[in-house]
Amino acid sequence: MIRLPRRRRSDAEEAPSTARRIARSDRFTFQDLMAEATAGIGARPARLVTTLLGTVLGIGSLVATLGLAQTTAGQVARQFDAVAATQVIVTPGSASTGGQTVATARLPWDAPERVLRLAGVESAGLSSEVPFEGTITAVPVNDPSAAATAAPPLVAASAGLLDAVRGEVTTGRFFDEGHDARGDRVAVLGSRAAERLGVQRIDRQPSIFIDGLAYAVVGVVDGMERRAELRDAVIVPMGAAREDFALSSAEELQIRIQQGAGELVGEQAPIALLPDEPEGLDVAAPTGRSELGANVQADVNVVFLVLGAIALVVGGLGIANVTALSVLERTGEIGLRRALGATRRQIASQFVVESIVIGLLGGLIGAALGVLSVVVVSLVQQWTPVVDPLAAVLAPFVGALVGLAAGWLPARRASRIEPVAALRG
Amino acid sequence: MSASEPVAPLVELRDVTRSFPGPPEVQALKGVNLLVAEGDYVSIVGPSGSGKSTMLNILGLLDRPSVGEYRLAGALTGALGEDERAVVRGREIGFVFQSFHLMAQRSVLENVLAGMLYAGVPRAEREERALRALERVGLGHRIGFKPPTLSGGERQRVAIARAVAGSPKLLLADEPTGNLDERTSGEVMDLFEELNAEGLTVAIITHDREVAERARRRIRIADGRLTELEAAA
Repeated sequence: MIRLPRRRRSDAEEAPSTARRIARSDRFTFQDLMAEATAGIGARPARLVTTLLGTVLGIGSLVATLGLAQTTAGQVARQFDAVAATQVIVTPGSASTGGQTVATARLPWDAPERVLRLAGVESAGLSSEVPFEGTITAVPVNDPSAAATAAPPLVAASAGLLDAVRGEVTTGRFFDEGHDARGDRVAVLGSRAAERLGVQRIDRQPSIFIDGLAYAVVGVVDGMERRAELRDAVIVPMGAAREDFALSSAEELQIRIQQGAGELVGEQAPIALLPDEPEGLDVAAPTGRSELGANVQADVNVVFLVLGAIALVVGGLGIANVTALSVLERTGEIGLRRALGATRRQIASQFVVESIVIGLLGGLIGAALGVLSVVVVSLVQQWTPVVDPLAAVLAPFVGALVGLAAGWLPARRASRIEPVAALRG
Repeated sequence: MSASEPVAPLVELRDVTRSFPGPPEVQALKGVNLLVAEGDYVSIVGPSGSGKSTMLNILGLLDRPSVGEYRLAGALTGALGEDERAVVRGREIGFVFQSFHLMAQRSVLENVLAGMLYAGVPRAEREERALRALERVGLGHRIGFKPPTLSGGERQRVAIARAVAGSPKLLLADEPTGNLDERTSGEVMDLFEELNAEGLTVAIITHDREVAERARRRIRIADGRLTELEAAA
């Protein structure tokens, strides 16, 4: 047996005015709101599924579209030569005047040192083809019976070039900065040039004669995918080329950079090289992946984003429809809640929260299905799936937003239901 | 008995008229005066269309008088805003309806808990009070059931448990036995009497003479006017 609390006189006298100072915390708390709103959702599972469908499709197609776009963009970027993405080439700009092209600027001799100070630069080296009409031979004897052959190209380089173009030493060594500075007559042969000149071993300290001048071969190099023509060339230090062949300026600066530093280095290198006239230099730097990705994305997205948006609108209408229907069906319950002391706002918030939760749920399922479809497509195509985590995380919130927009009107209608009318019958 | 003690009236209607704008204008209540003391047990009888429902709606703060004043526990209710009226309903008044108005998808316990949702009962206390109320109406063994699986009498007892769980001052019942057979009607009426004996003020609106006669005070309403009937023998 319970004993209903006896009403005290003092309590009775002030009763209705207590309405003004009732502890908010105990009247329909946030926790109560959540419990009531979600209880309504679970009540009809079959209807919930059809309600969710539109939002699931909308969010799912949006996430899948974004994910597939990123995946294909990543795929394209991956196909790009990894070397190209880490190579920057600076050349003096040229202007054509009356049929002749004239260099508008000169690369400074200390260019490698200048750019090495920049962030993202790993190594740098100058190179220049040496204009030269003589012969290059491994024997000092002039053999009149030998067939005339074109001399291998002669390239002047700074010590850092080999590393900058990803070359490797097969035998011996590459010349260093000391050789360069002193103007030592040393030469490094490209692998094919070495073959042509008959130089196989360098431990015998072979010499080659360039235009009659003896150069000591110190090494043979190979690799250099980025400048494969160097394999055919005879490479000598800049210093020697300046002295012996009157090389007046370097033709290009090869810079090896870290992945992703292309745009930055491309922007900073000319300023570091020619602070007074940076625009006089031409820079070939890899474009950022984002730019590349954006181009690819733009192709894929337009159609599917529109489709996704349409599906989302349809989903929102679905939620609005079902919420309106549920308001209609639950007129009695709404009237009851009002009689039990619910304010209009509390009724409205219950229905709004209900449709927000439905939207959130649809967004969650949609995001999961979207990610899944990206993974499945990637698997079939043997791509690497890429999905921006932000897209997957934001998707449920977009769904919740759709739910909020959809639930607003029916909730308002619910809050206007008069308890008297609702409780009749 | 608490009803015999001289206490301030819980309900005081003074010259209350409720008219519904026409055309033609209908006066559902005409200059009604009514005093209900704390602990009273009142039945209001009358044919349909006599103004019974309007009376209940006004007593339950679901409707406002067009003219006149309504004091609940000594305080005027006319000045209260819509939200304040909702709060007062939640705290001071318990409703029992002819068609029960239970939420079909929710368990018996949840339905009773809903009665305290808006009544300012601390969350931590609600379950215990709901269980006590269910024990009180003899349904302690049905807490997990869904209302559609219960009999009519049981459903109405759930509704009564919901109405009293929040400790209201006034229990308003609108044709509480209208959907029940004679035997279960008797059980429900017994329950009202027991609750009244424990101090709860009860007002029952009914057209059933037998039900009405069990109340201590009987009021007849006809064509919008009240007449106090002599106490039953």
